[in-house]
Order: sequence, then structure tokens, then C-alpha cells
Amino acid sequence: MATPSVVDATPVAAVPVKAKRRRLRFIASPKAAIGLGMMAFFVILAIIGPFIAPYDPSERSNALVEAPSAAHWLGTTHLGQDVFSQLVSGTRSVILVGLLAGVIATILSLLVGVTSGYLSGAGAESLSALSNVFLVIPALPLIIIITSILPETTDVTIALVIGLTSWAWGARVLRAQTLSLRRRDYVEAARATGEKTWRIIIFEIMPNLTAVIASNFIGTVIFAVTSEITLAFIGVNTSGDNWNWGTILFWAQGQQALAQGAWWWFVPAGLAIALLGTALSLLNFGIDEFVSPRLRGNGKSKVKTVDGHTVRMRVGFTPVLGFGRKDDTL
Amino acid sequence: MSYLLKRVAFYVFTAWAAITLNFFIPRVMPGDPVQSLITRSRGQMTGDAVQSLYVLFGLDPNESLLSQYVKYWGQLFRGDLGLSFTFFPSQVGEVIGQALPWTMALVGITTVIGFLIGTTLGTLAGWRRGSWIDALIPVTTFLSSIPYFWLGLIAIALLTGPDSFFPAGNGYDTGLTPAWDWEFIGSAVQHSLLPAITILISSMAGWILSMRNMMVTVASEDYVTVAHAKGLPERRVMVGYAARNALLPNVSGFALSLGFIVGGTLLVEIVFSYPGLGFLLFQGVGTKDYPLLQGIFLIITLSVLLANFVADLAYMLLDPRTRREG
Amino acid sequence: MSDAVLEVKNLDVDYGLGSEAVHAVRDVNLVLHRGEVLGLAGESGSGKSTLAYGLTRLLPPPGVIAGGEVIYHAENGDTADIMRMTDEELREFRWAETAIVFQGAMNSLNPVHKISTQMTDVIRAHDPDSTPRSRLDRAKEMLALVGISADRLEAYPHQLSGGMRQRVMIGMALALDPRLVIMDEPTTALDVVIQRQILGQLIELRERLGFSVLFITHDLSLLVEFSDRIAIMYGGRIVEEAPAADIYRDSLHPYSDGLLHSFPALRGPRRELTGIPGSPPDLRAMPTGCAFHPRCPKAFDPCATTLPVLGIPESHTGQQRTVACWLHPIH
Repeated sequence: MATPSVVDATPVAAVPVKAKRRRLRFIASPKAAIGLGMMAFFVILAIIGPFIAPYDPSERSNALVEAPSAAHWLGTTHLGQDVFSQLVSGTRSVILVGLLAGVIATILSLLVGVTSGYLSGAGAESLSALSNVFLVIPALPLIIIITSILPETTDVTIALVIGLTSWAWGARVLRAQTLSLRRRDYVEAARATGEKTWRIIIFEIMPNLTAVIASNFIGTVIFAVTSEITLAFIGVNTSGDNWNWGTILFWAQGQQALAQGAWWWFVPAGLAIALLGTALSLLNFGIDEFVSPRLRGNGKSKVKTVDGHTVRMRVGFTPVLGFGRKDDTL
Repeated sequence: MSYLLKRVAFYVFTAWAAITLNFFIPRVMPGDPVQSLITRSRGQMTGDAVQSLYVLFGLDPNESLLSQYVKYWGQLFRGDLGLSFTFFPSQVGEVIGQALPWTMALVGITTVIGFLIGTTLGTLAGWRRGSWIDALIPVTTFLSSIPYFWLGLIAIALLTGPDSFFPAGNGYDTGLTPAWDWEFIGSAVQHSLLPAITILISSMAGWILSMRNMMVTVASEDYVTVAHAKGLPERRVMVGYAARNALLPNVSGFALSLGFIVGGTLLVEIVFSYPGLGFLLFQGVGTKDYPLLQGIFLIITLSVLLANFVADLAYMLLDPRTRREG
Repeated sequence: MSDAVLEVKNLDVDYGLGSEAVHAVRDVNLVLHRGEVLGLAGESGSGKSTLAYGLTRLLPPPGVIAGGEVIYHAENGDTADIMRMTDEELREFRWAETAIVFQGAMNSLNPVHKISTQMTDVIRAHDPDSTPRSRLDRAKEMLALVGISADRLEAYPHQLSGGMRQRVMIGMALALDPRLVIMDEPTTALDVVIQRQILGQLIELRERLGFSVLFITHDLSLLVEFSDRIAIMYGGRIVEEAPAADIYRDSLHPYSDGLLHSFPALRGPRRELTGIPGSPPDLRAMPTGCAFHPRCPKAFDPCATTLPVLGIPESHTGQQRTVACWLHPIH
């Protein structure tokens, strides 16, 4: 027996498989909707960026370190390159690396997490130990040494290295979820009826992991984007015409943009990173609140009480409403 | 104590794995790093130094992988991490030894303080849903999306200058010689303030958020309702019942994300030319100084493992369920 | 009634606000007398736990009290409306006057604090002048009362069995000599032997210490045995209230009858277990008329359209019992 909200304390319960209505409700969350909108903007920019950029981002000109103007919306670099064009063109590399690394890491974490969670025995245990090891080893320094030893780096190799080193968190979370799903009645039932393991995993387990997988994917994309930009900022993958937001910052830092007061050189790229990160985080909040409704700010958190005060609804002190009795007919 | 033993075994295993990874990375990568290093040193290296490099990085076709591996361990135990090219002819161990205390002080202290402040704010935000602290969440989300180093750049641009109290770079006043006197320590503290604030601001957000969410979850646990039913003072319920339990997953989360955080904070050193491992890493990348990079990776990993172990001990103290019945 | 401890008057409890509000408890009137065990029975979702949490104002958001009064009669004759208390007054009132034992024996105790800490902090909160020594003595005394040895004070909750934990909770509930103890399914998670042991102990303590008990359970046969009077809830309303023996011998509401046939009686003649067909009503979409009519074997014309009012049935005038059913018109 249960009072509606006192007892059902399963914080990260898996989302029921069906219910289209609920899926729409995810978009109805303002956080998720804003995040989705911002994300769409960046993806479109990644696709059309190089075409709409007013200049070739590497093209030099005589306008050296100039402040923003009608000709150069975000000013120019020490070589007279157009910062706005670099920013717009560089979006593609950022989004590409982020998504690619996210996909690679998600696939790996699914394989490792679900396998080690569903199967038992020494193999599963060692997979779980492996993901714990990768979790504790600092990822960024590892990525830095691998990429700096590589003879040449492209966006794809960077994405590969980031993807291959950042799956451990997801694997851990997925393993925990799978472990708890494994004991659910319908999975036990499927096993009892002799359903094949791979069918159980794909049809019974995976659909219930959707939210966790999505939130992990987004988390990895955030990490991958930050890592790529960081790598570029410290001078990995900055050669040639391959622009991303980190490359802009690399040159800005190297050419003393700060000391020269050339704020237009480093401020826009950083803001772009922050906006992209915020978009992804908002999406993740949307998923979190979707999965555990308790985190949702319940629309109205303040009520007017019988003694005329307005109080916050909170655990432990149920408010007594002020307005009179409503009629009982429903 | 079986929990403790298990953790120790795990860390020893992870340290082994990291060192082994370090051994294999240069060997499975395309190209011959040693040859390119020798070429770049333009014959300045002694035979011993070259030999040491081969043990650390070389893939000698005449020797079995196993014996290379054994030699590699032997060299590590002697503390020989090779010669640094950036700081030729200094030993990597020496170079790192000078930078390590700076990083320990800056990153170590700020990470812990960031966790403490973030957890406190998160406790309040989760307990008082809908109060002004909730408005902090979008702000901190935005701040945490900013790479640490860029926030550092902005801090330098806005807060430093000829007349500012905050120096724009370095770990101490360049006119001073490092010593344990007040003048030097004061200068070091003054120089580390801005990097520290930068790290604090960007690392706090994550703790605020996770603690808030844990508080929201824990607040609906039966024992919190019981605490209210007992008529305990608000503070006692919030701290002793809700926060005390919400802290547990946050502490284990702290341990697990140390690796991520330390990676990010090291970058702040670059922006501030702070004489720690991060700045060293930056210099190493610029000159493709593999011995230095690998040495730094090794040291960072071992430090993170140690910090993890400390966090585990803290967890044991906080959660009676991990302790054995005595 | 002079010896009333708690009077619930027209209590309404909702989940949510405005048009989205779900009416979980409607127009409930109850009187709990001194030293009495009042049983509150009903299926899941009948609103019985919501009622208990509501009248102590412990219902978490989005629960709100939509109306009504809960009058507490203090020892000295003063009365106070719990629904009108400020947070500070509530804190002072709680546990000292009404203690609660919750259904989750496993989760009611804070896992990170020792039993002693959890027993003494409540004494300290209500009696700041007490010494640590006296608080610890009181904690020991309470544990002894429920048959647990004093060395368990130093234990953590996870080191105790489920039955022991619930006994600790009962001991803790009695620590401040409350006049009323609310028990919400206190023994549901325990096995039958332990369940009976604990209830037996509780009744004995009640006789010794003289507190009143509001006992909430879905197991009507348990109430028949352990309580003085029984109120039966369905769809957020009380549908029948009568002395326990009357409910057992001669229940008037078809729902009470169905509940009686859903659990094996612990004593007395064996009844046929039939259960109640159908499932409890969805609070979001309550049937019109009597909420029970879609499941009622004896439903007839007025049931589907008009809500029966709780009152003393014509057939039993002069008795201490009420029912809300068209089969038993009230006078």
C-alpha cells in the first residue's frame, strides 16, 4: 500500500518503454526545449558554416589585429584573418568531433556496461574492473600524450582518441542500471521462458536504458567538445587549415591577444563554447527531470495558506490552503 | 577491513594498468618516437641517455616485449624517467619535482574547497526548493560549461593590469628567490589567488547541481519524514538527516571525477603561466617532449589515485555500512 | 465527548493545486478517545495513509490540506487546531504529543547514525535542558520497554533485523510519553510471527502507559483483533465506522464485508476468502454517486447517482456506529 509520493522512492527508475505521451512531455520541458533549439542552431551552423563564412578563415590580409567593424564583424587576427569566419567555419570541427566521439564512447560503454551488467562471472567482473580503471585514470592527460605521440592528427583521429578513452563513466552507469533491470520480473520471466540472451538484451533491457544512454551520450559530447578545444588550445591539431574554436584561442593566447587588448579574438570563441555546453547541459537536465520527476520544479512551488501567508511547499510541513472548500462534484 | 583491502588492491591494480599503458602507448603508435627525439637533440645526448630513452619508448625488434617491459619497470623504480628535451639536460624527474608542489597546492586546495562550497550551496538549493538559490543553477550551469582556461583568460583581461592587486602570471614575484619566508609565501599566495578563484568558480557548479539533486531525492526518504515527525529543529533535519545521507553519493562522485577535474584545472596553470605540472605539460606538447609528457601523465595518475584513496577513506568514515561490525 | 484526544473535522486533503488537484481525502470526520485503539482500514489508494500524513501535516508536496480542522485536546484541557499551527508550534507539538511509527521499518531509521543518536536527538529537541546522561538513560529505558538490550544503542540500523528496527521505532515513539501514537502499517514488512509479537507488545504497552493509537492497515482481520473501533475508508471517504466487534459480526457496508473476506482471520471461525472484484477507483476519475458502486454486488438505483452520507443507520439507532450506504438509510 502506498501514499502516492511518500513511498515510491525509486530515484533513477527506468522509463517505461511505451507511452508516446511521455516522450512528447520531454520536449514540453522548457529546459529541454531551449537546449534542443540551441543545439539545432549549432548543428545547422556546423553544416552551413563554411559556406556562409564571409572569408576563408586562413586567408591573410593587411588588416592586422583590428577591432570589430562592418568588414570584419569580430575583428581580425595578427595575420589579418577574419575571426568571425574562423568561428563560423570552426563550428563544423567542434560538432563533428563532439558527436563522433560521443557515438564511439556510447557504443563502447553500451557494450561494456550492458555485458558486464547482464552477464555474470569472471568476464563480467573484469570488464567492470576495466571500466573502473579507465574511470580513475585522468582522461585529459592521457588524451594529450596519445595525440601528441601520433605523427599526424585530424578531427577523426582526435574524435577516435577521445571516444576510446571516455567511455568508462557511461559503462559504469549502464552497468548499474542493467544490474537492476536484470532482476525485474519481466526480464526474469523472459529468461524463464527460454528467450535467447541477445533478444532479452535488445528487446527487454535496451528500451529501458534509453534515457540513461541519451544522457550519457550528451555527457560524453560535452566532454569531447571541451577536450578537443583544450587540445587545440595547448597546440595539438592546430596545424593547417583545420579551424575549431580552440585553434582560435590557441593563436590568441600565443599572440598575446590579452596584452594587446584584442578581446574580440578570444571572447567570442569562449562564449560559443559556453553556449554549446549550456545547450547540452539543458538537454541533460531535461532528461534527468523526465526520468525522475521529483527533480522537476513542480510548476507552482508557493501556495497561499489559510492564515494569509505565502509559503513554499516543502517536505515536513504540509500547507493548509486558504481558499474555501471547493465543491465535491468531479 | 575487507572493504579497505579491496580498495587498496584496486588502486594497486590501476597504478599497474596506468604504467603499463604508459609503456605500450609509444610502442603501438605509428612511427619511431626515439629516432625523432634523437634527431631533434642534434647529437647532444650521451649514450646513456639514448639507452634510457630506448628502454622508455623504443620498440627494439631484437628484444622480446617481455624483457623490454621488465627493463622498463627497473628503470621506473630507479626513478629514471628519461631526459627532458624542453629543459635539456635536466632529468624529467627533477623537472616534475619542481613543479609538483605548485600544482599540489593550487589544484589540491581549490578542488577540495570547491567541493565543500559547492556541496554546501547544493544542500541549501536542494532543501529550499524554489528559493533564490535555485536561480543559481542556470548561472552555474553556464559557468561550468566554460572551459576553465577561458575563464582564466577573461579573469586576466578584466582583473589584472599594471595597477591591479592580482598579478597576471607566474607563481611568485620574479624578483624573489623561492624560500620559506613570509615575503615569498605571501607573493606565492597573491599569485595563486586568481587562478584559484577561476578553478573554484568553474568546478563548484557540478557539485552544487549533484548535491541539489541528491538532496531532493533524499528529502523524500522515510527517515527525513520521521525526522520532521520528531519535531527536530530544521537545521538538524537538513544537516544531520538529509545532507548527511545525500553527501555519500557526492563523495564517491568526487572520487570518481577527480581525474576529470584535475585535467581541467591543469589548464588554468597554462593561462596564468603558473609553474606547475599543467604549464609543464603545455611546454612539453609544444616541443613534443615525450619523456616529459609521459612522466607528467604518470605523476598525475598516481596523485589522482592517491587522492581517490583518501576520498575512499573519507567515505568509509561517513558511511557506517562500509565498516565491519566491531 | 470530554475524553477526546483528537477530533478530525471535515478534513480534505488534495494532491496538487487548482484544477489539477486530486482529492485524496474528502470530508473526513473522526474522533479518537483517550486510551483507545482506532483502526483505519482500506485498500491501497483509499486515502488512509494520506489521512494520517495529512492530519499530522507531514504529507510531502504536492500534498496540501484543502480544508477542515484537526483539534487536539491537551492533557490540561486546552485545545489546538493542528491545521492552524505555525511551523514552530508544529515542531514543538510533534512527538511530544503525537508520535508516528511509519510503515517502512527498513527506511524509518537514518542509516548513518547510531540508534542512540537517533533516540537522544528527539529528547534533546524537546527538552534542551536535559543532560546527555539523562537522555541516554531514557533511551535505554525505552529500548528495555520494547525488549531490546541496551548494548544495541551503539548499533547502526543496518546491524538490526527488521523486527528489531520496528521495535526501536516504537520505543522511540514512546520516548516523550505522547498521548497519541499513529501507526501506519507498522508491521506490514514483517513476517506474521514477529508481527503478532510486536502488536501484542504494543497493546500491553498501551494498557500500561495509556496512550491512544490510530492504527492504519489494509489488513482488516488484524484490526478486528487489536483495535477498539474501526473506520473503513474507500475512495478518500470514511464509509463505515463501528466498534471492532460490530464490524466483525455485522458489517453494514458491502465494502467492509468485502475487506473482511479478503484476509484470513487470525482467530475465530474460518471465513471463505473471496476478496473484492475490480480494483480501487482512480482518484483522478472518481465514479459519481457512491465511489464503490461499480464494484458493489448490492448496488441499486441511487448508488450510481447520489453520494450516500455517513450517519447512524435507522436499523441501529442508539448504537455507536455510522455507515454511508444506500442499503442502510440514516435517520
